[in-house]
Amino acid sequence: MSLGPYASFIVTSYALVAAIVVILIIWIAIDYRRQRERLRELEASGVTRRSGRTATEI
Amino acid sequence: MTLIDLANPTKFLSLTARMLPWLAGATAILLLVGFYQAAMAPDDYQQGATVKIMFVHVPNAWLAMFVWGVMTLAALGTLVWRHPLADVAAKAAAPIGAAFTFLALVTGSLWGRPMWGTYWEWDARLTSVLILFLMYLGLMALWRAVDDPSRAARAAAILTLVGALNLPIIKFSVDWWNTLHQPASVMRIGGPSLDRAFLIPLLVMAIGFTLLFVTLHLAAMRNEILRRRVRSLQMMQASQQAA
Repeated sequence: MSLGPYASFIVTSYALVAAIVVILIIWIAIDYRRQRERLRELEASGVTRRSGRTATEI
Repeated sequence: MTLIDLANPTKFLSLTARMLPWLAGATAILLLVGFYQAAMAPDDYQQGATVKIMFVHVPNAWLAMFVWGVMTLAALGTLVWRHPLADVAAKAAAPIGAAFTFLALVTGSLWGRPMWGTYWEWDARLTSVLILFLMYLGLMALWRAVDDPSRAARAAAILTLVGALNLPIIKFSVDWWNTLHQPASVMRIGGPSLDRAFLIPLLVMAIGFTLLFVTLHLAAMRNEILRRRVRSLQMMQASQQAA
């Protein structure tokens, strides 16, 4: 597969899309872990939900 | 399960936990197939291999508008129906929509340089999409600027509805004004003007990117619900300590 004289434009486009998508996925995954961690800390400090369920329970 | 059932964040979280692995798997398969088809697509008789940029540019451009459309429905959900998850959906969608809009602008620019001879032109399509990107950033700043989520939600919903006026301008800018950007070649009266060799990979990529948005959006909504749970527990903890 030859990408011709403008290969750098094509490769940069695909690489940029892949990079931004990976950044989005990692950002959302880190945010999820951070929220779960904060809920665990609150639960450990004795704060409970009004429903009586544990803070991290879905 | 009805829409009313989904008003309960706990039920929503439970449904999300079951759906996310399947959605992520389907997204990965569709995007892999789409990338393979894009790589194997023939060169265009005028653009050569540069036409391959279309397979990532167009889905991102569609999603830039689609995500704002989703946020517009969520804004109505906040202001009219007062659905408890509407503002969660709107807030979670904004950064994802901003990312797709950024990618549409940059990949368009990288496609424009070899084809038009310039990275940027202040024509109606490009400028209206840049305005959309700035509105995404404005919405994200608004959410961060107001502490109380319900107050932020109402202000953000109004801004979202105002911003929705930009969507038909983006869509029809290539018809209303004389622009450097080409007119619609897929969603047009008379059917797509693209050859099947380009249309099929483009549609596969578009569905793949749409599923990617749905997956990321549900995951970001789950995070936002947990963030609000953290906030309410922190407020309970503060009130217990004050008592």
